[in-house]
Amino acid sequence: MKRTPKELDETHRLMTKRTLLLGGLQLGFAGALAMRMRFLQVDQADQFRLLAEENRINIRLLPPARGEIFDRKGRIIAQNSPSYRIAVVPEDAGDIDATIANLRRLVYIDDADVERALREIRISKPFVQITLADQVSWEDIAKVAANAPALPGIFPEVGLTRLYPQHDTFAHVIGYVGPVSDYDLSKMEDPDPILLTPRFQFGKVGFEAKEESTLRGKAGTKSVEVNAYGRVIRELERKEGESGADMQLTIDAALQSYTQARLGNESAAAVVIDIESGDIQAICSAPSFDPNLFVRGISVADYRDLTSDPYRPLANKTVQGTYPPGSTFKMVAALAGLESGLITPDDTAYCPGHLEVGGRRFHCWRRAGHGVVDLNTSLKSSCDVYYYDLAVKVGIDNISKMAQRLGLGVHHELPMSAVRDGLAPDRKWKERVHGKDWLVGDTVNASIGQGYMLASPMQLAVMTARIASGRSVTPRLIKSIDGVEQPSGAGESLGLNEDNLHAVRKGMYSVSNDRRGTGYRSRIIADGMRMAGKSGTSQVRNISAAERAAGVIRNEDLPWDRRDHALYVCFAPYDKPKYAVAVVVEHGGGGSKAAAPIARDVLLEALYEGSPPLEAYPKGDRERIKIQQERLEQERLDRNISTTSDQA
Amino acid sequence: MSYLEHNAKVVPTGLRKLLFLNWPLVLLLSAAASVGFLMLYSVAGGSFFPWVEPQVKRFALGIGVMLVVALIPIWFWRNISVLAYLAAFALLIAVELFGTVGMGAQRWIDVGFMQLQPSELMKITLVMVLAAYYDALPKKRTSRPLFVLIPVLIIILPTLLVLRQPDLGTSILLMAAGGIVMFLAGVHWGYFAFVIASGVALVTAVFESRGTSWQLIKDYQFRRIDTFLDPSQDPLGAGYHITQSKIALGSGGWSGRGFMQGTQSRLNFLPEKHTDFIFTTLAEEFGFIGGFTLLALYMLIIVFCIATAIAAKDRFSALVTLGIAVNFFLFFSVNMSMVMGLAPVVGVPLPLVSYGGSAMLVLLAAFGIVQSANIHRPR
Repeated sequence: MKRTPKELDETHRLMTKRTLLLGGLQLGFAGALAMRMRFLQVDQADQFRLLAEENRINIRLLPPARGEIFDRKGRIIAQNSPSYRIAVVPEDAGDIDATIANLRRLVYIDDADVERALREIRISKPFVQITLADQVSWEDIAKVAANAPALPGIFPEVGLTRLYPQHDTFAHVIGYVGPVSDYDLSKMEDPDPILLTPRFQFGKVGFEAKEESTLRGKAGTKSVEVNAYGRVIRELERKEGESGADMQLTIDAALQSYTQARLGNESAAAVVIDIESGDIQAICSAPSFDPNLFVRGISVADYRDLTSDPYRPLANKTVQGTYPPGSTFKMVAALAGLESGLITPDDTAYCPGHLEVGGRRFHCWRRAGHGVVDLNTSLKSSCDVYYYDLAVKVGIDNISKMAQRLGLGVHHELPMSAVRDGLAPDRKWKERVHGKDWLVGDTVNASIGQGYMLASPMQLAVMTARIASGRSVTPRLIKSIDGVEQPSGAGESLGLNEDNLHAVRKGMYSVSNDRRGTGYRSRIIADGMRMAGKSGTSQVRNISAAERAAGVIRNEDLPWDRRDHALYVCFAPYDKPKYAVAVVVEHGGGGSKAAAPIARDVLLEALYEGSPPLEAYPKGDRERIKIQQERLEQERLDRNISTTSDQA
Repeated sequence: MSYLEHNAKVVPTGLRKLLFLNWPLVLLLSAAASVGFLMLYSVAGGSFFPWVEPQVKRFALGIGVMLVVALIPIWFWRNISVLAYLAAFALLIAVELFGTVGMGAQRWIDVGFMQLQPSELMKITLVMVLAAYYDALPKKRTSRPLFVLIPVLIIILPTLLVLRQPDLGTSILLMAAGGIVMFLAGVHWGYFAFVIASGVALVTAVFESRGTSWQLIKDYQFRRIDTFLDPSQDPLGAGYHITQSKIALGSGGWSGRGFMQGTQSRLNFLPEKHTDFIFTTLAEEFGFIGGFTLLALYMLIIVFCIATAIAAKDRFSALVTLGIAVNFFLFFSVNMSMVMGLAPVVGVPLPLVSYGGSAMLVLLAAFGIVQSANIHRPR
């Protein structure tokens, strides 16, 4: 196709028009650029020339104050305390080696610190402040300040460092902060620039790590004008950061401290939950450690001590440790039976000391047997055969479903490290994980909380709270953030039949208050404060037929790590449940002997808010309790003294 | 057959072509490059090493390439446009597959003696293919939807590849240059109004949605946009450069501190002082006069290109000349806006002045095409 000159002409004209339009726009933009250049270079020249010639602008990040952590009554758990340090900004220091040599003539800094600082200087941007010496005395700081002209780029700094005044009491809950490592940074997609400041403290473990974003706050900046010697002439602009939010925990520090002391040096865990609100009032894992060690950087020897201890002080056994719940699981099995309508509280089973199921003989813990047993007796005397019989009738799927409704084998969202879900197994689970069919023997084992069944002490406390209230109590650890109250964990009704719940609670009441109950020796005798409980002893080894024939070896005669775990769960007051407690003593032997007294003592401490009268204890116990109280009081005093001396 | 072939007889031939070369344009390009040599000499602390020497060599090579390109008839360039575009496109895909990752993005491909950046090549070949397209397309069809869609696809496909590298700056430049060529070719203004309006609407919608239940992008994406638009929120990253750049510019004053007397730009305050931020050195040492002179040189180059385009007798010559001029304009205006704190920091060098080989070579070759259009214009 050929174009006529006319058409061509028209095209040409349109293009010329648009070309000129575009040319005009370009000229206009160039004009705007020239105006901007004139504005910066002529109109504002004096201001910039001054800045450039005599001074320089330095931009420094202002680290935000980390949010502090309080207990439910406002007692401090994690605070920021002032610490003096000497820092250097490499781009201002000129000859860095000479400057550091000058500094070392004034104050003592050891070689390792200097080496580390030089290493940090090499890898950081030149305007980033590097710490030369930490935890410096006030006199040294004064010396540096007085000699500033001879020390370009060196700054005395008052910083904040994390301090945990409660020492080991909150170690597992709060965790600790430490300097950001390259490994930490490599895990972050878009790290906040403040984290790049060497030695910036951030949450490493536990609550400090989980709530890092809330606690950290936002860094501010300041632009300062400094002269050629690095002396600050004036501050030009300051953009304040935002401090991290203060957080209040649901924990009662006094109860926590008592509980931690009461666990002593056992390898144990205890959890106290407020049944009305789901508030975790105490959550202790023993033995513990002092988180302050980690803030400063723990020594290799100290760290080795912690990791090689067979009692695993670094593990948070309350949420991270999962144990076969043993007989404390019997309430779950009973409720599963009652709710399914397959048994009633009055149905009985005969216990001759064992039961044949699927060609295997399952033993009751009491070789002589319990005779005719109903629901109440089964809980009170913790008869195993009753539950074997029940398990066969009810089936694993009912039991597993009930366990999950009561909070076992499901996830509870808590701001702590390594919260484990435990396990409430069912047919599908075994098929999926082991690729094998579920056997009736597995159900029998599960009914007494053995076999695949696993629960953490925290979950056991939740289970107890749910049985006591009939509501879906949810554990809560954060009471408020910057004064804003967080949603309660009271929970909705579980929809369980009240009569069934009552039957189970009554059984638990008998455990604690009936002369033949397994927890009778660790009861509360104050009226209106009566407790209901359940002991548990979970095997960690298989008892062979040969051993059974020769007589089961007593726990005391076994090596520590082969002994049974001792468990106890309880709540009180029976009439108006307020607190639920779960205690696990690893390899402690029998639950009623090793765990029940601790659970009772902690429960009383909670009920009377720290001052239980001796009259609440059974007569035989009072003398021992009195001595124990005096000892704990003394320990607490010692602890406080050591806290104050640390701060001085 | 276009108008070009009919009049091929009346164009100069042989070495006579050199007489018709636009010598003032060559002079202007050399002047701008010389400003670059001077500045590179200064930021190296008064030394030809490490930047001036290679830069001079590359410039000499570039001028040679430009002359060769200029002597080859413009219709040859028109005829290979599609091929050139496809080759650049293939290179973009190759860089996606085997490219070197540099500065956190995959942009370079190693061709032995130098590192090649296919997106640079794409800037020119895109303009060429669009110009050839409109040269072949009858005027009546220019604004028909189907014939608008084709160039849109030609622009969008390489843009998406560049965006994947990821290089947001270059992909925006590609879109802008392509769109402007379409506008110059006479596509109905309604299309542009529609694209601009829907772009504005989309951006508004995204920002309006912030904090509401129907939020369109994630919170952290908003924060990135915030720092992109307002670098002072990131005072030690992008904001640091801008502050230092403004101080260097401002301290230059009316006539500057004098050659090699700049302190700010040479004291390592500025990053990339020999590449993206080289303008600050010029502005500090030669002041407003120096900066304005470079700007005027650039604008003169643009004016020469526009004059060439208007004088051209065929659409390909006119459009390719204007397209190259637009690319050139976008280059230096974005760079200058950036160092003057008017635009966010994106990695766009100052053409002919910043240190860097592949950009300069491609640019000079492109000006070779402009020259060829000028020489082979029927007289």
